[in-house]
Amino acid sequence: MRINFFKVIIFSFVVFFLLIFLLGLKKDNNYSTKNLTGNKISSFQLKSINNDNLISEETLKKNQYTLINFFASWCAPCRAEHKYLLNLSSQKKEIKIIGINFKDKKINANNFLRALGNPYNFVGEDTDGKISISFGIYGIPESILLNNELTIIKKIIGPIDQIQFDDILKIIQ
Amino acid sequence: MLSNIGSILVILILSLSVLIIYNSYLDIKINNQLIGKRIYKLSLFQITFTILSFLTLVIGFIFSDFSIINVYENSHTAKPLFYKIAGTWGNHEGSLLLWINILVLFSYLFLIYNHKHNKKFRLYTLIFQNFLILGFIIFLFLNSNPFSSIYPVPAEGLGLNPILQDPALAIHPPLLYVGFVGCSIYFSAAIASILSEYNGREFALSIKTWVQISWVFQTLGITVGSIWAYYELGWGGFWFWDPVENASLLPWFAITALMHSVMVLEKRNTLYEWVIILCLLTFTLSVTGTFLVRSGILNSVHTFASDPSRGLYILLFLSLMIFTSLIIYFKKRKKEFYNFNTNSKETFILVNNWFMVFFLATVLIGTLYPIFLDVLTNAKVSVGPPFYNIVIIPLVIPLLLAMTLGPQFSWINSKRKKLYKTLYILTGALIINLLLFYFFENYGFYSNLILITATFLILHSILDAKESIKNQKKFEYSRIISHLGFGLLVFFIGINHNHSVETDFNLKVGDTKKINNFLIYFEKINIESNKNYESVTGNFQINNLKKKYIQYLNPEIRIYTDPETLTYEASIKSKISYDLYLTMSNVARSDFYNIKFQKKPFMIWIWISAIMIAIGGFTQLILKKNEN
Repeated sequence: MRINFFKVIIFSFVVFFLLIFLLGLKKDNNYSTKNLTGNKISSFQLKSINNDNLISEETLKKNQYTLINFFASWCAPCRAEHKYLLNLSSQKKEIKIIGINFKDKKINANNFLRALGNPYNFVGEDTDGKISISFGIYGIPESILLNNELTIIKKIIGPIDQIQFDDILKIIQ
Repeated sequence: MLSNIGSILVILILSLSVLIIYNSYLDIKINNQLIGKRIYKLSLFQITFTILSFLTLVIGFIFSDFSIINVYENSHTAKPLFYKIAGTWGNHEGSLLLWINILVLFSYLFLIYNHKHNKKFRLYTLIFQNFLILGFIIFLFLNSNPFSSIYPVPAEGLGLNPILQDPALAIHPPLLYVGFVGCSIYFSAAIASILSEYNGREFALSIKTWVQISWVFQTLGITVGSIWAYYELGWGGFWFWDPVENASLLPWFAITALMHSVMVLEKRNTLYEWVIILCLLTFTLSVTGTFLVRSGILNSVHTFASDPSRGLYILLFLSLMIFTSLIIYFKKRKKEFYNFNTNSKETFILVNNWFMVFFLATVLIGTLYPIFLDVLTNAKVSVGPPFYNIVIIPLVIPLLLAMTLGPQFSWINSKRKKLYKTLYILTGALIINLLLFYFFENYGFYSNLILITATFLILHSILDAKESIKNQKKFEYSRIISHLGFGLLVFFIGINHNHSVETDFNLKVGDTKKINNFLIYFEKINIESNKNYESVTGNFQINNLKKKYIQYLNPEIRIYTDPETLTYEASIKSKISYDLYLTMSNVARSDFYNIKFQKKPFMIWIWISAIMIAIGGFTQLILKKNEN
């Protein structure tokens, strides 16, 4: 029998489409960044909000633990979590806190830190929010805890509260 | 009580479908030209019960019968009557019942209005249409029964999503459904035509009206959806290339191609195979769109009804549909030879078809690519306006030219005679563009070309209209109106795109802000209690400094109670030449409100043009009715 290529192509095409649809149904469609835990962060460069100092992933390798916290002066829950960050920075020497200032103005960010205290070892600038997105952030506040191999060991979506705070202490103990 | 009546009616419709299929099958074997009386009777019962089942659900909604889960989940006693009724199809189960209603309605109308046609063809159509009905009734019954009851009966319902409580959205689903589900009848007819080896021209005559009806409704449905998005979603745009909008656009491209090719089949008895393919494709795309929207495989404003188990059923049904039609098509297909003259109308109609297929492919790729990539590589991407703009906009220019020149040719072969007229019009279009360029300052190269070609189409259509009125050529009206509508649509979108002003800022009560020649003054805030929501209204004065007059805009933040939701109502002042568009949202823990202010030229004209395209189709239907 002669094979009709046209028919074969059409049929395989249709089968392929339908199969993809079938597999697509099984996927969880909501974009979620919760499962980023266990992944390594990709390389980045972060400029300080106040001067031209830069840090990159190499800098973080020197720290035993790093907590990257995404915040903005306009974000109310960020104020609520701020005291835990201050506690963390004063109590634990093995953890360094990096702040990434999300879609904010320099002057407002500095006022914010002056009024509430500055828990950060370094405050990076992310005026258009792109750097935060590359870290898998979709809203603030969010925080990610890294070990010295740059693996994400904990991700906190929303403000840090007492439970999350205790959890962080347990991890770095 | 209502729930039982509804369920019984659904079972009756299901049994009637089986009976109709069985009796039609027996009737095909009887060698005469008359369809048995029994089939007419069964069909009449079927349509009656179907409409009754829908009315039952509507009554359930009107009287807030919360013993029906569907009513409990989607309605509330405090809702205005209009939205109680609209709530019937504002949810998955109810809309599926509406879907079945349209399937049955078209099945019945096709049966009684096509008595001149071959019996075998009609019966096969009826059989396949009833297979479709059967498939959807089983789906409804097993997975999405709108009449499922709940016990104990809740005292109050959960309410309809407030974003859906809008007049445009109340009529949007029924319009789209008539458009999309209406395609089913020529899907069935196409299979019937292959099986009964029906004559191409006769086939074209039998489906033409149905194609036009569903085309008109699809066009209107999409337009109304777009109007709703503009007024309700508060983004100030009217087309977002959202995957679900695209899903509605896919069948529209196919049906637009079909509507043009069917004329070739009618007049020249050629392109039979292509018309069959388009018939099959249109409904297949409609069901694919339904699958994409209802299964939750896409994320968008329409995912009100996502549920993977539904997706699985629709996918199964879709596969069955595609494979059955492909197998029948390949088994029975006949080779056709085409002989077209370049200077003929049919060639230009083919050109139209190539454009439609191209747009269809573009939108299909843009919509499905993210799904494919996600499934195959786990990467999340989204395809947005830049892709569509780059791929589609340049092609609109030759499309507009072809739309202008194509209709000037006659069937089979024509001599080029009115070249000078075309040249005059083209010059006119160039001059108009120069004037626009002068008044509105500069814009891009493509924008210029698009405005020139659009003006060319508009001017040509207007002159055509004058001529056809003079010569009493009524059959040209519908084409002229639709093409003129399309030309205007592209023209106004072009201007709107190039001259919209859009700004975003924070403002306190009592503050002013100057944007271009508008001075915006935030006068005060009103808080009000309404029947099912609380509203925070801002009073704004917009002072046009150039033309020295003041307009008042009152955007609103609504806090709905059942279910608790915040919506932002844009305040829009439409004028002939532009729309002012203002939305406000609260900034947490501050006195400031975030204000989005836009000036959008010629918005009204975009709607008018889109509706004009649909009116063109209506004209054809009315004219044809008068001929009969």
